[in-house]
Amino acid sequence: MIETADQIFVLLKQWVVGLLPAGLQPVAGVLLSVVAIIAVFPTLFALAVWVERKALGRMQNRIGPNRVGPLGILQPVADGIKSLTKEDIVPLSADAAVHFLAPVVLVVAVFMGFAVLPMGRNMELVDMDAGLLFFFAMGASTELSVFMAGWSSRNKYSLLGAMRAVAQMISYEVVLLLSSAAVVMITGSLSLVKIVEAQNHYTWGLPHWYIFTPWGCAGFVMYAIAATAETNRSPFDLPEGESELVAGYHTEYSGFKFALFFLGEYLAMFSISGLGTTLFLGGWSAPFSFLGWVPSWIWFFAKVMLSIVVFIWMRGTLPRLRQDQLMNFAWKFVLPLTMLNLLVAGLWRFLGDGWERWVVCSAILVLAFAVMGREGMRREHFGPRRYRYAE
Amino acid sequence: MTPLAGYLLVAALLFSIGLAGALTRRNAILVLIGIELMLNAANLNLIAFWRYGPHPEALTGMMFAIFSIAVAAAEAAVGLGLVIQIHRHAHSTDLDAMNRMKG
Amino acid sequence: MSLVFYAIAGLTVAGGLAAMLLKNTVHCALALTVAFAGIALLFLELDAQFAGFAQILVYIGAVAVLVVFAILLTRGSETPKGGVFSRNWLTGLAIAAGVFAVLGWAVLGSARALPGPGGTPTAAPTVTVLQIGNALMGRYVLPLEIVALLLTAALIGAVIVAMHEKEGAK
Repeated sequence: MIETADQIFVLLKQWVVGLLPAGLQPVAGVLLSVVAIIAVFPTLFALAVWVERKALGRMQNRIGPNRVGPLGILQPVADGIKSLTKEDIVPLSADAAVHFLAPVVLVVAVFMGFAVLPMGRNMELVDMDAGLLFFFAMGASTELSVFMAGWSSRNKYSLLGAMRAVAQMISYEVVLLLSSAAVVMITGSLSLVKIVEAQNHYTWGLPHWYIFTPWGCAGFVMYAIAATAETNRSPFDLPEGESELVAGYHTEYSGFKFALFFLGEYLAMFSISGLGTTLFLGGWSAPFSFLGWVPSWIWFFAKVMLSIVVFIWMRGTLPRLRQDQLMNFAWKFVLPLTMLNLLVAGLWRFLGDGWERWVVCSAILVLAFAVMGREGMRREHFGPRRYRYAE
Repeated sequence: MTPLAGYLLVAALLFSIGLAGALTRRNAILVLIGIELMLNAANLNLIAFWRYGPHPEALTGMMFAIFSIAVAAAEAAVGLGLVIQIHRHAHSTDLDAMNRMKG
Repeated sequence: MSLVFYAIAGLTVAGGLAAMLLKNTVHCALALTVAFAGIALLFLELDAQFAGFAQILVYIGAVAVLVVFAILLTRGSETPKGGVFSRNWLTGLAIAAGVFAVLGWAVLGSARALPGPGGTPTAAPTVTVLQIGNALMGRYVLPLEIVALLLTAALIGAVIVAMHEKEGAK
C-alpha cells in the first residue's frame, strides 16, 4: 500500500504507456512526463501567486484578494483570463521578431530545467549523467532572453532593467555554481538522482542531508542568496525596481506576453528551489526516518513550497539593495566565502569520520565569516557616494 | 557520405563563414564573432574525430575540445575588453578607420 | 546521416551565416547564439554530453552575453554609415571561398579512408562524467592547471584593459 502510494504516478504512467502499441511506447512515456510537468507547475504557479498576494497583503496590513471565490482563491484564474483577453501591444519602434521571441525563449529554457529534477523516487524525466550541468546550462540561457526583452523594446527603462538583470545574473551565477560544486565534490556525481540517494540515509532517525554539515549549511545559505538574485526576487529585485525603472525589462510587454514573463519568473523560482531542495535538503527523502511512509513526491513538493513561502517572506521583510551594494556583496563577500567553502568541503572529505572534522570545518567557516564581515563593514564608508560611471 | 565526413564538411563550412566574416566585416566586435565561429568549427572537428576515431575511450579529442572552450572564453573576455578600450580611445569600432599606429 | 543531423547542421550554418551577414550588430550576436546552440546540439548528437552542456554554459551563458554587453557599450547597435562590410570585402570573400574549397576537397578526397558505418565502430562510446573528471585530475592535470592560470590572467587582464584610465588623464 505504502509502496503503491509512493510510486502511484510511476505506475499510472506505466499503465497508460502499456495500453499503446510497442513502437510508440518510448515516445509516449517521455511525452506523458512532459505533459505532467507542463500541467503541474503552472498549477503550482497559480497557487503560489495566490499565496504571495495573500501573504504579502497580511504582512502589509491589507487583506489581499478576497473577491473571486472563497478567500480569493480563484484570483489567479481571473488574472489569467484578463491577461489573455488584453490587447497585445508591440511598440512601434520595437524589434518585433526579437520582442516576440524573448518570452518564448525564457519559458522554454526554464521548462527544460525541470527535466532533470527528481521529484520523487523514480520520478525524473531523464537521469542524466551530467544533470546538474544541464540544469545550469538551461539557467544560463534565460539571461539572453532577458537581454532580448530589454533591448528589443527600445525603451530606456527596459534596457536599463535588462542590463541590471544580466549583470546581476552573471555575477550570482558564479556563486550558484560554486556553492553547488561542493555538493558535487562530496557526492562524486553530477547526477541529481545520485545526489538525492546519497542523502537518503538516517542515523538515530535523523537524515544525512547536506544542510546538516558545516560546509553544507554555509553552502545552502550562499545558494539561497544566489538563487534569490538569479530569480530577481526582493531584496535583489533591482532589475524591476518599480520606483526607478517602471517594471524593468518587461515594461513594454502586455497581455499574454507579459503573462509569459510572469510565468517564467515563477517557474524559475520553482526550478531553482527544486534544485536547492535536491542539493541540500535531501530532495524527496523524509525529514525523519519514522516518516518514511509518506510518499516521496509529497516531501519534494512540500519542501519546494516551503522555499517559495520563504521567498515571499523575504520580499515582505527586506528593503531593496543598491546596485553597487549588490555587486560588491557578490564579488567581495559571497564569492570568496564560496571558494573557501570548496576547500572546507575537501577538508571534510579527508578528515575521517570522527568529531574533529565538525569542529575544524565549523571553526574555519565561522572565523572566515566573522573576519570578512568585520573587514567589509569597517571599509564601508557611509558618507556620500561617488558616481564613477555616470559621467 | 560517411557521418564523419558530414560533420567535417559542416565544420569546414562554419570555419569558412567565420573566416569570411572576420575578413570582411568592419565592426571589430563582429570580427571577434567570426573568430569565435572559427574556434567552434575547430571544436566540432575535434569532437567528431574523437567520436569516430579508433580510440574514443582515450578521451583525447574530448579533452582538447573542453580545454579549447575554456581558452575561447578567456580570448573573448580579453578581446572584448580591448574593443571597449579602443572605442573609448577612438570613439569608433570601425576597423577601416584604425589605420594609424600613433595614438 | 540522419534527418536530425541535417536539420541541426542546417540550423547551425544558417545561424553562422546570419551572424556574419545581418546589418544590425545585436541581431548578429543573437544569430551567433543560434549557431552556438546548433554546435552544442551537434556535440550531443556525437554523444559528447559533457562537452555539449559545457558549450551551452560557456558560449550562450557567458560569451554571447559578453558580446551583447560590448555591443551596447560601444554603441554598436546603430547601423554605421557607409556599409557594414570592409572596402576590400571581395578579397576576404575570395580567401574564405578558397579555404572552404581546399577543406572540402580534402574531406571528400579522403572520405574513403575515413571510418564509416561499415568499418570501425560506430557504437556510442560511453563516457561518464566520472571518467572525464578522473582524466582531468590525472593525465590532463598539467593542462588543467595551465588553463586555470590562463583564465586568472585573462580575468585580471580584461579588467585592467577595460578599466577607466586615471581620472586626471581625461
